Amino acid sequence: MDLKQTIVDRPSHINWRALVLPILVILGLEIGGHVLPLETEFWPVPSQIATAGWAALLNGSLLNATLETLTAATLGLLLGGSVGLAGGITLGLFPVANKLLTFSIEAVRPIPPTAIIPVALLVLGAGMTMEVSIVAFSAAWPILIFTRSAIQSVEPRLIEVSKVLCLGFFSRVWKIVLPAALPRIFVALRLAVAIALVVCVTVEVTANPIGLGYGMRVAQQALRPDLMFAYLVWIGVVGWSLNLLLTSLQKLLVWRQADEGR
Amino acid sequence: MPSVDQASEAMTAKGARGHGEVIISFENLSLSFGSKLILDNINLDVARGEFLCVIGPSGCGKTTMLRLLAGLLTPSAGQILYQGLPVSGPRPDVAVLFQDYVKALLPWRTVFGNVSLALEAAQVPRKLRRDKIMAHLELVGLADHAEKYPTQLSGGMQQRLQIARCLAQDPEVLLMDEPFGALDAMTRQALQDEMQELASVSGCTIFFVTHDLEEAVYLGDRVIGLLPHPGRVGREFEVNISRPRDQLTTPEKPEFLQLRHELYSFIKLVEHG
Repeated sequence: MDLKQTIVDRPSHINWRALVLPILVILGLEIGGHVLPLETEFWPVPSQIATAGWAALLNGSLLNATLETLTAATLGLLLGGSVGLAGGITLGLFPVANKLLTFSIEAVRPIPPTAIIPVALLVLGAGMTMEVSIVAFSAAWPILIFTRSAIQSVEPRLIEVSKVLCLGFFSRVWKIVLPAALPRIFVALRLAVAIALVVCVTVEVTANPIGLGYGMRVAQQALRPDLMFAYLVWIGVVGWSLNLLLTSLQKLLVWRQADEGR
Repeated sequence: MPSVDQASEAMTAKGARGHGEVIISFENLSLSFGSKLILDNINLDVARGEFLCVIGPSGCGKTTMLRLLAGLLTPSAGQILYQGLPVSGPRPDVAVLFQDYVKALLPWRTVFGNVSLALEAAQVPRKLRRDKIMAHLELVGLADHAEKYPTQLSGGMQQRLQIARCLAQDPEVLLMDEPFGALDAMTRQALQDEMQELASVSGCTIFFVTHDLEEAVYLGDRVIGLLPHPGRVGREFEVNISRPRDQLTTPEKPEFLQLRHELYSFIKLVEHG
């Protein structure tokens, strides 16, 4: 099966040619930084960034900050994700609920999560709770919207099959509707994870004294551009790993059905 | 179970066929969507164990009749009696086989799991399911493919799987909506013969919608020809051809050719005035 081949090949084989450009850029920056008469105080060369990053990794501060950011992102995702999922399922299944609530949802949804920061700071104060709430707010919407549309677009024939088999309501949702909608709900989850990370770092950079974003802010204020860039690169690595994790998980879940059954 | 009175009353009322008790009767049934009349005053009795084929040009409401019978639609006027009681919704002992098997199967469940769904719906305990599922897969020749997913099967096998799922409901009545229309000729003939076999083994009453006249004559005990716009019963054709029927010899029989001729003329007349 061609389709299956391409799907399976992608994650398991790293395309080494794709690494040529990044390596060239890093080498160029390193050599350029040493050779060209630039003011290097605020533009550290890659080796300096790596050294600072390595030091932060060894003294635990980098991992600690990562743990804080990921905790906030995970809790926020769990909270917002479950609310979004429950809401999306309800709205997708019951057109009446959907008609009742669509206007309200569309009125609240466009509020940028960053605009919630001052409100959350005032009401909840700085700390984990406030960050989790903002992540939850931002993650709930994509999950809700995608879940709703995923459920609305479940093959009508399958719903009829469940009816003629006389499946009860909860069995119908659990055995037919949710599995059929799962691939699209998973797309929403990937989107929400990316949003959660962005929101976490934004909250930390602007307001909250925890996590990777705060680490960047401190490094900047301490005039440690090497450390600041190290954090930046690290955030990229964290985001990339999360996406890789989710992509693999998605393949496991969604493409299980295309498996040859071996 | 219907009382004897109800059943015999229904039989005398509409002059049911000589053999068997009436299991389904359409009584002055009409259906409109908005102001558009789809089915107009249908009166039809189906005997228990009968293989009834319904034919007619597109737009005559064949599938709509089936959906009403399945309880997926509600009539605008009149009613359908099933074992003497009005049909008010889907029933576990009335199975429906859809034409579009690709859409009607659960792609995330194996062949085994798809049949299992019918037993789960009937709340058969898990321990008893495996043997029943395998027996039904055996019946349609899919026992060796139990662990495959529907997308890995050919069209004919997918439709067999849907048949197995319907039979797992242990139905009294099987409603089939152009079940073999999307299959190639060879597969269609093979499935027609299997269906013939399954019908006689299971004793199910079968309501079979098709647009293939020869298929209707080959499979049916009786063929109902519908007229379109709005849909109504045009003619009934008794099929007095001995069983078991055979793909090679049955279509050569004079009775077959005669009926084929009559059905063809009926459709021709309907379509061209």
